[in-house]
Amino acid sequence: MAEYRLTTPLSDEDIIKLKAGDTVYLSGVLYTARDAAHMRMVKALEEGKELPFDVKGQVIYYVGPSPARPGKPIGSAGPTTSYRMNPFAPKLIALGQKGMIGKGKMSDEVKEACAKYKACYFASIGGAAAVVGSSVKKAEIIAYPELGPEAVRRLEVENMPLFVCFDSYGNDLYEIAKKEWANKL
Amino acid sequence: MSEIRNVSVKDVEEAIYKLALDAAYHIPEDVLEAEKKAYEKEKSEVAKKVLETIFQNIEVSSKEEFPLCQDTGLGVIFMEVGQDVHFVDGYVVDAINNGVERAYKDGYLRKSSCNPLTRENYGNNLPAIVHTFVVPGDKVRLIFDAKGGGSESMSKVQMMKPADGREGIVQTVVDWMIQAGPNPCPPTIVGVGIGADFERCAVMAKHATLRKVGEPSPDPVLADMEQEILTKINNSGIGPAGLGGLTTALAVHIEMEPCHIATLPLAINTACHVNRHKEIEL
Ligand code: SF4
Repeated sequence: MAEYRLTTPLSDEDIIKLKAGDTVYLSGVLYTARDAAHMRMVKALEEGKELPFDVKGQVIYYVGPSPARPGKPIGSAGPTTSYRMNPFAPKLIALGQKGMIGKGKMSDEVKEACAKYKACYFASIGGAAAVVGSSVKKAEIIAYPELGPEAVRRLEVENMPLFVCFDSYGNDLYEIAKKEWANKL
Repeated sequence: MSEIRNVSVKDVEEAIYKLALDAAYHIPEDVLEAEKKAYEKEKSEVAKKVLETIFQNIEVSSKEEFPLCQDTGLGVIFMEVGQDVHFVDGYVVDAINNGVERAYKDGYLRKSSCNPLTRENYGNNLPAIVHTFVVPGDKVRLIFDAKGGGSESMSKVQMMKPADGREGIVQTVVDWMIQAGPNPCPPTIVGVGIGADFERCAVMAKHATLRKVGEPSPDPVLADMEQEILTKINNSGIGPAGLGGLTTALAVHIEMEPCHIATLPLAINTACHVNRHKEIEL
């Protein structure tokens, strides 16, 4: 299992070298969105409207941070459960989104979209939110402020620790890891 | 006749305020201890790394008063009211809600309550969910549980058939937790309610997650089931954060009450590895 330092936006070359189980320290700009924001973005697409940001090459972080204390860019900011984004992720991946960050299983459709369009699903450690949040250096709300914690934010991150879960070859880290450690007690 | 004791709801509000903040930043000691024990026994390198990150998170949260998790949950309160208590200075449920609202505002905690249909966020984390039990005596015991959405979503109530029996229950819980996989942020504490009726077994399951981690049920039959389910879940290989390992659950806690001859209610509620709960007696 290899270790990589990558900076967004990501290219096909970045994606194809990653394998499920690799560690990635990600830097650069990320966009946050959860279910409510995804619903609005996909609706905007259906109505032929612009997205709040161009998803090409971008990584979307599934997170609803806690409020920032004065002087801090953000509060705690760990991943939310990703399966709620199953219906939306393939549509955005088809438009050029290169990755998403969350926790927990995603669907076969998402896995297939990752293989077809060269994208990755990165798993982060749920509940390690104060530590993960500390890799965020800057945060600003760019769309849907009325959604509160679910607003779309533009984050600048430095060396956010992630695990490659779905790579672009149809592998799934959760399944691989589970098999490896089953019946070992 | 026993004396009536007046308890000011202002004291209840203050207690809830402090419990909510304490729960958000400081892990319960028994949870941390169980995680440390699991770390010693863990054989997967990745799992050890995940647990180290969890320990680091616990330290940073506590020191800098950063929430352990960004999902600071809905406030779930188990309130045991002695029957000789008389609340004064207002309505006790309003006081609880005030305490929650103030804590979530002052503590920079995330507000997560919303309209179920429109999904509009109410911005105040209200209402709190209050379970009240009348007990003997003149004290008020408050347990504050900050319940996050990820682990809560991996819950279920199933009306089993009486013939399913012990084996059916064990299998259902194990299958459910394996299917939940990485979603409820393992290592988890699995709460199980058996018996009573439809809604009460769900309350028992949640209450069971608040027991001191790993303390077996005083009923040897249940203690035996707890151990069996725990071993089976940990043999799944799911591991901390679902990244593989021997520590998928820290403990299984079962509560049981008599049920109807025609029913076998079963409820499962999961607490994630931050399992934030604090309590006080007034
Ligand atoms: S399940 Fe628990 S640790 Fe995981 S994101 Fe939700 S509240 Fe946080």
